[in-house]
Amino acid sequence: MARQEKPVDVVLVGLGWTNSIMGMELAQEGLSVLALERGEDRDTVPDFAYPKMADELTYGVRYKLMAKPAKSTITVRHSLVETAVPYRHLGSFLPGDGVGGAGTHWNGHTWRPMPEELELRSYVENTFGKDIIPKDMTIQDYGVSYAELEPHFDFFDKVLGVSGQAGNVNGKIHEGGNPFEGPRSNEYPLPPLKRTLNDDLFTQIAKANGLHPFPLPSSNASAAYTNPYGMQLGPCNFCGFCERFGCLNFSKASPQTCILGALKQHKNFSYRANSEVLKVELADDKKTAKGVTYIDEQGEEVFQPAKLVIVGTFAYNNVRLLLLSGIGQPYDPVSNTGTVGRNYAYQTMGGATLFFKDKFFNPFIGAGSNATTVDDYAINQIDFAKEGFIGGSYLLAAQTNGQPIRSMPLPTGSPSWGAGWKKATKEYYGHSMSISSHGSNMSYRDCYLSLDPNYKDDHGLPLLRLTFDWKDNDIRMTQFMKGKVEALAKGLAPDHLNTSFKDFGAKYDVRPYQTTHNVGGAIMGTDPKTSVLNRYLQSWDVHNVFVLGSSAFPQNLQYNPTMLVGALAYWSAKAIREQYLKKPGPLVQA
Amino acid sequence: MESRPDDSRRRFMKGALWMISATTLGTGVMLSPTASAASSLQDYKPVFFTPDEWAFVLAACDRLIPADDTGPSALEANVPIFIDLQMQGDFGQARDWYMKGPFFEAPAELGYQSPLTPAQTYQKGIAATNTYCRQTFSKSFAELSAEQQDQLLTLLQKDALKFDGVSAKQFFDFLLQNTKEGYFADPIHGGNKNMEPWKMIGFPGARASYLEWVDLHNVKYPMGPVSLNGDRG
Repeated sequence: MARQEKPVDVVLVGLGWTNSIMGMELAQEGLSVLALERGEDRDTVPDFAYPKMADELTYGVRYKLMAKPAKSTITVRHSLVETAVPYRHLGSFLPGDGVGGAGTHWNGHTWRPMPEELELRSYVENTFGKDIIPKDMTIQDYGVSYAELEPHFDFFDKVLGVSGQAGNVNGKIHEGGNPFEGPRSNEYPLPPLKRTLNDDLFTQIAKANGLHPFPLPSSNASAAYTNPYGMQLGPCNFCGFCERFGCLNFSKASPQTCILGALKQHKNFSYRANSEVLKVELADDKKTAKGVTYIDEQGEEVFQPAKLVIVGTFAYNNVRLLLLSGIGQPYDPVSNTGTVGRNYAYQTMGGATLFFKDKFFNPFIGAGSNATTVDDYAINQIDFAKEGFIGGSYLLAAQTNGQPIRSMPLPTGSPSWGAGWKKATKEYYGHSMSISSHGSNMSYRDCYLSLDPNYKDDHGLPLLRLTFDWKDNDIRMTQFMKGKVEALAKGLAPDHLNTSFKDFGAKYDVRPYQTTHNVGGAIMGTDPKTSVLNRYLQSWDVHNVFVLGSSAFPQNLQYNPTMLVGALAYWSAKAIREQYLKKPGPLVQA
Repeated sequence: MESRPDDSRRRFMKGALWMISATTLGTGVMLSPTASAASSLQDYKPVFFTPDEWAFVLAACDRLIPADDTGPSALEANVPIFIDLQMQGDFGQARDWYMKGPFFEAPAELGYQSPLTPAQTYQKGIAATNTYCRQTFSKSFAELSAEQQDQLLTLLQKDALKFDGVSAKQFFDFLLQNTKEGYFADPIHGGNKNMEPWKMIGFPGARASYLEWVDLHNVKYPMGPVSLNGDRG
């Protein structure tokens, strides 16, 4: 029999970006708010303090801040007919763990989605006709527009202290920014970061090719900054230990540096670390939740009653919790029924490395968001009918770190060991830069999440199973980007050029790191037959359960997801504060 | 990392090291006087590997990153000490990995599916490689010539040898990955002795503060490395 805790108004499952935002919004409302975080408690001091973080092996290679597969992982297969096997150690993506979640170890790339991406099916059908959408591609509209989210993008920009150069302020195009972005109501809170040599070379060749380079919007602060919650950031010192690390310098926006310090001042907010929620408990009628069951720090099972349950764990873990809790109907790709688990998508990446014997890049002088980009091949810039694919990418030249175990690119054909390898490392370390493409991934009928029939966690509960592989549409997109990247790279006349882009027939590979931008499975939308959540991220089936995070994306953006994830959390919080609390019930009639 | 007093074992290890340097390197460049300041590979007593295994690790590391004029060798950088320490740690014991069955053969793209921990993979891989060497050359791996060792390592890397219960390629991949890690990881982990590998490539280690250098373009950064312990190189 589970121990029962004192009831609260709101229980937050997970304490990363989304529930830090929701916690603040609902604590401001005066509600009693309790967060349950599966991982350990973490803060800048002592957990990310210098010099502890400057340790590539421990954090960059052994992933000590990430979720441990031993405790929590998924299984993966490429198609419906295969048996899935576990993602036994981390590789392709790195889910976060502990207070702050993946928000502590991101690079800080802070892109807004394009207006067209939020209404993708409508945009494609209205612009190119529905016939260009391949059979079994299941892209959808989000059910919320860019204009509706703009105030939340703007506020989240200010919470994060984003450094950048605006390209479109209230419809007026600004030189040096992204001319293709949706209109912003304000400039970025901070000016762009300083530029490194790779930035300048990329800017030069992009301009020479008639493109529109601009600094990547960065949540590594370019100057001292105080956000609307009174939280303070210091200027990023380009330490070169950003992605996979907590910020040692109070410069990278994270739940810790931007929200939690202020949220902890609210007496009606509390949190418990090392508390793993196993299930959302439903009332007998299955239309409302009563609270959650979790395992506390001592390993004891606890029932935590709550009036409102906000699920804000890492994307696919949200989906697993819904499936384990019996919220919504599990998706079945064969009969095409149910919704929970539907429309998992990933991201389509490619890249080139340019070697210059006579140039010193000093790659250890890096920041997670130190990059120059072009968006000329974005979703709203490509003629999908002409090119034969749906999607887009931004191209970037980034210099994030020079940690030598992982960041040791060598010209193709270099020996992988022996005297030749050693010579190549000495010759080429610090003499290369990259140009990469970061692109969309569409959703498909047979790419989805479900419970695995064979593998279980320590609690005896089934692991989540991912069924996913690359499709020709997205390969065509990345091959298109390959041509663009190679043209730019060759224009800089490097001594050697390596390229790596997926080609037709490529299987999804869980081994090399790609991105941690896993999306979908608990998607938002306008129709309960094809979405798990309504436009306010409220469960269609259980009205006092809201599900935050990129699990709500019906297909993936061409961009990094955090800005949209945060803005959607504010959008959902506004609906809860202004509508739901006054009259609890479905905010949209099915 | 300081070795406990155990003279008989230490004497044995010195003997083993001498043997390797004689058989694989000719005149011993392996343990230069300057390489003895921090922790000495010569005096190091492995905590995980048996003497046979240790002889293999020393010999293999010495081929993966050999001694020459370019920069430090794996042995000069104490890489074997790093590997030995990793074996008993979370990595070697796969403590962070999902190691529950069932274990199925799967396409390589679906990642690691062996029931063996990295430490077990080393144990089985070393034993199988030595068995193969004894059957083929009547010598252990450590006793082969440098050329023969390189050929053997290439066979492992290409998965051209089929061993019972362990993948030759998986074993090689761990060995190579860990050798490079021990070469370039902070000295706090046992390798990268005196930060010589960092000095060779020009990585400043744990300095982690470069704001005033960001816009000095195409100029070689002039400062030497520092380590997590505050040592300067």
